[in-house]
Amino acid sequence: MVATTQPTGPDAIAHREWSRYTSKERWRRYGLMALVALAVVWSLSTINVIWPWLWDAPQQMGDLFGRMFPPSLEGWKDIAWTLLETVNIATIATFFAVFLSLPIALIAAQNTTPNRFTLWLGRFILVSSRSVNTIIWALLFVAVFGPGVLAGILAIIFRSIGFLGKLLGEAIEEIDRAPIEALESVGASRFKILVYGVIPQVMPTFFAVSILRWDINLRESTVLGLVGAGGIGIILQGAIDTFAWQTVATILLAIIGLVIIGEAISAYLRKKVI
Amino acid sequence: MSSTVQTTGRTWKKPPFIANPVLRWGLLIAVVGYVWWAVTSLPFDWERIQDGVPRAIRIFKGAFPPSFIRGELLFDGFMESIKIAIVSTLLGLALSIPIAFASASNIAPKWLYTIGRGFIIVARSFHPVIVAILFVKAVGFGPLAGILTLTIYSIGFVAKMLAERIEEIDWGQVEAVRAAGAPTFVTLLYAVIPQIMPRQIGLSIYQLDSNLRASAIVGIVGAGGIGSTLLNAFGRYDYDFALAITLCIIGVILVSEAISGRIRRNLW
Amino acid sequence: MLRIKELVKRYGEEKAVLKNLNLEVPGESVVSIIGASGAGKSTLLRCINRLVEPSSGSIELNGTELTKLEGKALRLARRRIGMVFQGFNLIDRLTVMENVQSGRLGYLPAWRAVTRNYPQEDIDRAFHLMERVGIAHYANKRADELSGGERQRVGVVRALMQEPEILLADEPTASLDPKTSRQIMELLRALASELHLPVLINIHNVNEAKEYTQRIVGMRFGRIIFDGEPTDLNNDAMDEIYAGVPAEERGGAESSTHLREVAAR
Repeated sequence: MVATTQPTGPDAIAHREWSRYTSKERWRRYGLMALVALAVVWSLSTINVIWPWLWDAPQQMGDLFGRMFPPSLEGWKDIAWTLLETVNIATIATFFAVFLSLPIALIAAQNTTPNRFTLWLGRFILVSSRSVNTIIWALLFVAVFGPGVLAGILAIIFRSIGFLGKLLGEAIEEIDRAPIEALESVGASRFKILVYGVIPQVMPTFFAVSILRWDINLRESTVLGLVGAGGIGIILQGAIDTFAWQTVATILLAIIGLVIIGEAISAYLRKKVI
Repeated sequence: MSSTVQTTGRTWKKPPFIANPVLRWGLLIAVVGYVWWAVTSLPFDWERIQDGVPRAIRIFKGAFPPSFIRGELLFDGFMESIKIAIVSTLLGLALSIPIAFASASNIAPKWLYTIGRGFIIVARSFHPVIVAILFVKAVGFGPLAGILTLTIYSIGFVAKMLAERIEEIDWGQVEAVRAAGAPTFVTLLYAVIPQIMPRQIGLSIYQLDSNLRASAIVGIVGAGGIGSTLLNAFGRYDYDFALAITLCIIGVILVSEAISGRIRRNLW
Repeated sequence: MLRIKELVKRYGEEKAVLKNLNLEVPGESVVSIIGASGAGKSTLLRCINRLVEPSSGSIELNGTELTKLEGKALRLARRRIGMVFQGFNLIDRLTVMENVQSGRLGYLPAWRAVTRNYPQEDIDRAFHLMERVGIAHYANKRADELSGGERQRVGVVRALMQEPEILLADEPTASLDPKTSRQIMELLRALASELHLPVLINIHNVNEAKEYTQRIVGMRFGRIIFDGEPTDLNNDAMDEIYAGVPAEERGGAESSTHLREVAAR
């Protein structure tokens, strides 16, 4: 295993026998590579793809982008208004999700949960919220409340609770025990320990994850409209369905702008808070 | 003890979070005003919403118990999602390496850097569902659109993280190999690749996991996989089948998250 | 009057940390407890206010049996026992005043605690005590902006805000430089006599123990093996308490104090 010369290229040869890996390591690597190769071959050979379409794809994409150019400014008022609506959906939903996630984080954290039942209840809520994607939540709420912004807001709230609650719960489990011990020794009740000892310690995390989630929600809310749950996605779908590709281009550019601005704002806020 | 208590009459108030009163009240009014405006300006369809509760009851009645009768459809959908995830992850990883090099400010020339970063920003800005719609229009319904979508999605994330790692590499190692007279390609191979490999492997496992999640939703706009099955079930009001699919999606995601988490812990 | 009888504490199945320990602290005395690390000093203190559950035995404070208390009764008993910690145990992100007032949490109604609407007499008392220890001008500073000595003063004031019947101090000077640590010891001694308060101090610095307290208790392996006045603590007694512990770790040896002072400079 000792390199006798500094290899200067893949073909550098020393007269003592040398290899990069021991034979066991090498076999494991070969095994893993074979596994990966097998997975790819299996996927490609059984997948239901019409290959000529793939060879066609570059031309089709070029064609599509060609028809998008130049972006049309027609109906920009509508686009601007729905863009604002999209921001509102994301912001309001984040706002509510933040408040709802705090109590759930408290019962889902081992050191603040009142008892075993609430611990499991909290964890169950977090897991089910997190494993269902925003779009699937939106499908459900559209089925219940009909197409519209309410379904979108609820979908984002339901998805965000899991995300926020999980990160907050972890922050709560990692707090410094020392001040809590001091508050116990003073004779403070559980509730007062929570207010004085736990919440001040998780405040920075609380702000940081809320801002992060707002940024993510901004992105998510751009697609809610595709299943009818409000926002810019509705007019995007409309433009695609009517083959108004130049309008589609404008909407896509608007979305890029929105996401970049959102990222800048959240980066600024994060720096401000921490 | 009583000797210590004296009436000094000094008051105390918690210092406000924001010291400047104009800014503090201004911000508060702005926030309240915004929330009020946003809630009132959003077009809620209250009549339709009022129907919600009986509808919800009907949907839940229809959904229980979840029906696994069409298990074959469910299985096929999942297999297709897994295939889409595998192919797009590998394609995305392969393509993200050159793009990452192009987007690393310490390696790429300025013009290439601008192009690389621009591509990453565009790829990251669009939710995969939007990308999927465009691909469905270009190459038709089915898994191909899903593969292309998730390839772009993977590039957006993996190339960005990888480019950041490349920008942090230890430059001394590069100089050492260069000093030995190695050409550019060999320098990359010996001085750069070994430094970024652990990150790349970690990222690839993470990306496989997240592509699997995403493949479940791009199907909703017609890009193949379990998402398409789910949308069909919703469209035909087969809520019991939809619930079965959703439960399976949750199960698969939890398992895949656990596996990928364990592998990454062992790697790092 | 604090009376501890036959106190035993064991963690799980392991050997007992405290073995049938007996101790009486009459009112108005400053007692220091010395001993090598692992002798059980900290466990003893934490058994008194039940931060650690005693396994058996009895602890009685001014007629109240502490070991049997539960729930609200325990909280009511705890607020009569002040405690000062080695690491100060302040809530970093709250102001000094909020930290000080947290000593009143056992008395305050919840709504006053949440809204920070403290009764005027508590505020007066806080300012008085903070004036006494020299930190009143920091009332609106955040606790993490203070130096170690100032933080420990906040810790002391918080404990005194409880109007305690006894004050426990767990290595109150171990995280401080020698000069500050003397100031804190001096403060504890002065406050004890001003407030007629018994004080129990865990301390590893034997010189400080001798200088500032009237009674020294030596512990080894969970038992009290020395109990007397500072003048009784001769070399033999020291050797018994610290048998097997290298001189520089005894905390009392001149050389180690000297070294710490050099380091602090």
